[in-house]
Amino acid sequence: MGEFEQLYRELILDHYKSPRNHGLLDPADASAEGQNPLCGDEIAVTVRLGADDRIEEVGFDGRGCAISQAATSMLTDLVKGKTAQEVAEMPKDDLLDELGIPLTPVRLKCAILGLGVLKLALHKARGTPLPEEWGTSARDLVLE
Amino acid sequence: MSREYDADVAVTAKTTLDAQRLRADFPIFEQTFHGKPLAFLDSAASSQKPRQMLEAMTHFYETSYANVHRGVYQLAERATEALELSREKVRALLNAPSAREVIFVRNATEGINLVAYAWGLSNLGPGDLVVVTELEHHSNFVPWQYIAHRTGAGFRMIPLDDHGQLRLDELDSIAREGNVKVVATGVVSNSLGTMNPVDRLAAWAHEHGAIMVADGAQSAPHMKMDVQALGCDFVAISAHKMCGPSGVGALWGKAELLERMEPFLTGGHMIRSVGVDDSTWGELPHKFEAGTAPMAEAVGFGAAIDYLTEIGFDAIERYEHELAAYALDKLAELPWVTSYGPPADRRAGIVSFNVDGVHPHDVAQVLDFEGIAIRAGHHCCQPLMRKLGVAATNRASFYLYTIPDEIDRLVDGLHKVRKAFG
Ligand SMILES: Cc1ncc(COP(=O)(O)O)c(C=O)c1O
Repeated sequence: MGEFEQLYRELILDHYKSPRNHGLLDPADASAEGQNPLCGDEIAVTVRLGADDRIEEVGFDGRGCAISQAATSMLTDLVKGKTAQEVAEMPKDDLLDELGIPLTPVRLKCAILGLGVLKLALHKARGTPLPEEWGTSARDLVLE
Repeated sequence: MSREYDADVAVTAKTTLDAQRLRADFPIFEQTFHGKPLAFLDSAASSQKPRQMLEAMTHFYETSYANVHRGVYQLAERATEALELSREKVRALLNAPSAREVIFVRNATEGINLVAYAWGLSNLGPGDLVVVTELEHHSNFVPWQYIAHRTGAGFRMIPLDDHGQLRLDELDSIAREGNVKVVATGVVSNSLGTMNPVDRLAAWAHEHGAIMVADGAQSAPHMKMDVQALGCDFVAISAHKMCGPSGVGALWGKAELLERMEPFLTGGHMIRSVGVDDSTWGELPHKFEAGTAPMAEAVGFGAAIDYLTEIGFDAIERYEHELAAYALDKLAELPWVTSYGPPADRRAGIVSFNVDGVHPHDVAQVLDFEGIAIRAGHHCCQPLMRKLGVAATNRASFYLYTIPDEIDRLVDGLHKVRKAFG
């Protein structure tokens, strides 16, 4: 398999070209936006929460590279049915395993942008904790 | 008569350049990336290094290294001489009146900050205006925005027209908004390659009693710069973009201004005398060179200037125009590619473009698999990206070692991008 096929494997391109859960929910119980200024990736995430703050529906919108958009699309499938607390505690490796592609540090930021925005949305709406490594400046999520 | 004739021949002989032969001077091209020879199309970010420059630095470390200016022993003398010889080479490169006016800094960014702080903090205030351009690199934008905010001065941008050229017709209305005190512009834009009319801006600045600050980071590598002809007061350049090492650059400024300015960084070497209550500053250029200088880097900078001068800036500039024209023609054949910026004859060897529907990151990634290095992003020009209505672009940039084959490979690579994502 060539390097291209490894990174942009079929599943990634499929999610990129036909993203799941695309489009913002209105009304929503939680929402946030974030961007990666280095490459201009932008993602907005909206969530509807049910009993126990379980994610019932999630919708996203964004523009950016294939990795950022495909990863967010896969994320939305992954988190449905999880509680806000579970998502807050979800390690990024859960998403990266799902992606299953080799990522350089620069591309890693593209891949986890959507997850960061989702965690931020839940934090704003339900006060769930943000990842410790974010420090105190996570309010305007900019993953540099 | 015949001597003049000889000189003429020598000059025309220098207007051609053999990139294929020059490539052999650059060890980086001996490697492969992803199994392919390197097509390095990112020289505007930083250039590759010729062996001659690397050897000059090694030679300095091996034979002449000691801290400069302070020692009385012979080795320190030798190091000082080498540093000062490089200063003289920078002076000649810029056609500056005096080597006293050449200050070694870390890079162009530091040079601009030096002016913004050391001149700006004591000369700007409410009612004053700092004017930059919409094309500006963050390095010549953020320091001015910041110092304007700190001093209460206003901050304005000269807008661009649709061809990526400055709208000089806006100057009068800007001047009506306050006392223009600083005009800061890049000589060549790193995003679009636009060559700005610095001489005209300098004349306008001086009409209003403002200082003219030119960011030469992107022009010094590619064309003959003459600070006197440009009519500037300050010019900042970086060695790493012009075959020199990282970690050193130069700021040239008019002595009469530098002499009246407060220091920027303080500490060792920049003082005349130090007392408990007060200290006094050294003479130019030392007043602005606190701490141990980037000595070996300055020596490498000097060697890089020798290298470029030997090839000839006219030849380099002409060759890059040819490459830009070639690349723009090739890209124009691809209807799904949009390129930005002025026509080839009004730009340096920089081409910014987008592939319809494909994010620059993905373009650059696919090209990387082909051994082709381009830059994808906002190129430290977020105001410009906003103007173009894009988040990012792809940028291919050329230098004296770029060969047309690399541009052909770029175009082939773009077809692959299109196939994968189209
Ligand atoms: C036009 C322009 N100005 C300033 C800079 C900053 O150069 P440096 O990072 O060496 O200070 C660059 C380099 O990216 C540039 O292209």
